[in-house]
Amino acid sequence: MTEQYSETIAGLSKDLRDKKYSAVELTQYFLRRIASSNKILNAIITTTQEQALAAANEADQHIAAGDTNPLTGIPLLHKDIFCTDGIRTSCGSRMLDNFIAPYDATVVAKLHGAGAVMLGKTNMDEFAMGSSNENSYYGPVRNPWDIERVPGGSSGGSAAAVAARLAPAATGSDTGGSIRQPAALCGVTGLKPTYGRVSRYGMVAFASSLDQAGTLTTDARDAALMLNVMAGPDHRDSTSIDHPVPDYSATLDDDISGLRIGIPKESFDEELDDSIATQVNAAIKQLEARGASVKEITLPNMKKAAVAAYYVVASAECSSNLSRMDGVRFGYRCEHPKDLADMYARSRGEAFSREVKRRIMIGTYTLSAGFYDAYYLKAQKVRRVIAEDFRRAFSDIDVIAGPTTPETAFKLKDKTDDPIRMYLSDIYTIAVNLAGLPGISIPCGFSQGLPIGLHLIGNMFDEARLLNVAHQYQQDTDWHRQIPEQIQPGDS
Amino acid sequence: MVLNDEDVRNIARLARLQIDEADIPLYTTELSRVFDLVEQLDEVNIRDIIPMAHPADAVQRLRTDEVTEQNQREKFQKLAPMAESGLYLVPKVIE
Repeated sequence: MTEQYSETIAGLSKDLRDKKYSAVELTQYFLRRIASSNKILNAIITTTQEQALAAANEADQHIAAGDTNPLTGIPLLHKDIFCTDGIRTSCGSRMLDNFIAPYDATVVAKLHGAGAVMLGKTNMDEFAMGSSNENSYYGPVRNPWDIERVPGGSSGGSAAAVAARLAPAATGSDTGGSIRQPAALCGVTGLKPTYGRVSRYGMVAFASSLDQAGTLTTDARDAALMLNVMAGPDHRDSTSIDHPVPDYSATLDDDISGLRIGIPKESFDEELDDSIATQVNAAIKQLEARGASVKEITLPNMKKAAVAAYYVVASAECSSNLSRMDGVRFGYRCEHPKDLADMYARSRGEAFSREVKRRIMIGTYTLSAGFYDAYYLKAQKVRRVIAEDFRRAFSDIDVIAGPTTPETAFKLKDKTDDPIRMYLSDIYTIAVNLAGLPGISIPCGFSQGLPIGLHLIGNMFDEARLLNVAHQYQQDTDWHRQIPEQIQPGDS
Repeated sequence: MVLNDEDVRNIARLARLQIDEADIPLYTTELSRVFDLVEQLDEVNIRDIIPMAHPADAVQRLRTDEVTEQNQREKFQKLAPMAESGLYLVPKVIE
């Protein structure tokens, strides 16, 4: 067969409709790629071959009947945080290693309903807590650009799999940068929509006021195709928002002349790697060449204060959410508990990794009697200050541009002994979650063979504009078409 | 802010997490460092600011009070480490 791995969803969809190959053949092709590369990358925890072939077969019947939409027969991967009916949903944790989800997440059901074919479930940092994917019960994921380096996290399996073209697209979730940071480190396009844009139903909860489902794709056009299906209110998620869903594909080709870009001066500081600054500035120049104007802005609390607020809010919510993991109704239970208290403490102590325990303890402490005002309430106030900073900035600009990460992919084990350094990998992305805004990371160059991400932040519900700007940039550049060499030969 | 080992043992107990005694000092150090980072919150002026619970300040949606989900007890209890006769089994609580 030809080189389907280098195709986008849009390209594969056209080929399927033109009957160049069947959905079953396409699914088998990507399953073969997974079989040959996943041993090295460890990007996928569970491959769902049987279900994939059944779904592909169904897609072929729709194609034969001329009843198609853009995702009919398109293979994709789901982050293992999304519940999949009858299929293990581990969330990267020993706690859920034996958990067979009894229902589909709304995101999974919608993509399945649109004809997409699930190939499997991707590796991730346990309960989405981490920025390197080293914190998984199933072992670290390796970056396809350099297998001695991390892919980022927590959606590291999804990012690495798309970068290595084990699937044309994958879902992810982003609580503090967990889609955008791995997208930057793996050289793919990662979209985190506005908080509430996509349903969280069936997405294992980490920090409920920050979590948002999104996409990892090769380009912005594919992200639009995915978001068209995923977005919208859900009566099963009371925090999802009933806001009109536009056709995100319809505005991709809009002219961006007159676009007003804000550049936060805080993003270009001494912590930013020089080669990243150079590439990000070049990318902004590229947008200016298409008629955008640039203005310096200030977001004084977007970094240190945001990280501080984030670790209070996210940890507090995680300690509450993870209290349901008690060894009673599902998940791991320790051997021979001597009483109920012992069963709770040992089941949780044995099944959670150190990072998860640390965050539960931070949250337990900040929510305990006498400390609530000093931590959680204060952090929620700082959160509003940060959201107000963004609101003021968006009064006379359309998008904010800067680097996604301060550095390119780091070596495995480089930061595992230093949680604070690990936390600072998300220094440019965290404020966006606190404010609930949409953000996207798109490939904008390389430094010593490692990808660099351009981070674009939009106003509430302005995903269409982010995708438009990203798509226009991708018309002028081919960074997003670069594929890591060692994976490139494939096995077809 | 600096925590001591006793604080950490107490937090772990409240969180129902068994922590090996040998690991306590490491948690004490790491948690203390996180709380040092959290102190940066004090550098932001938050006077008269209303805490933010939802980024779009949305309020809880209401719906009519009718049954929408079906009982799936057997399906869900299949996931339990121990269940019998429709009950979740745990170690004896009362002697």
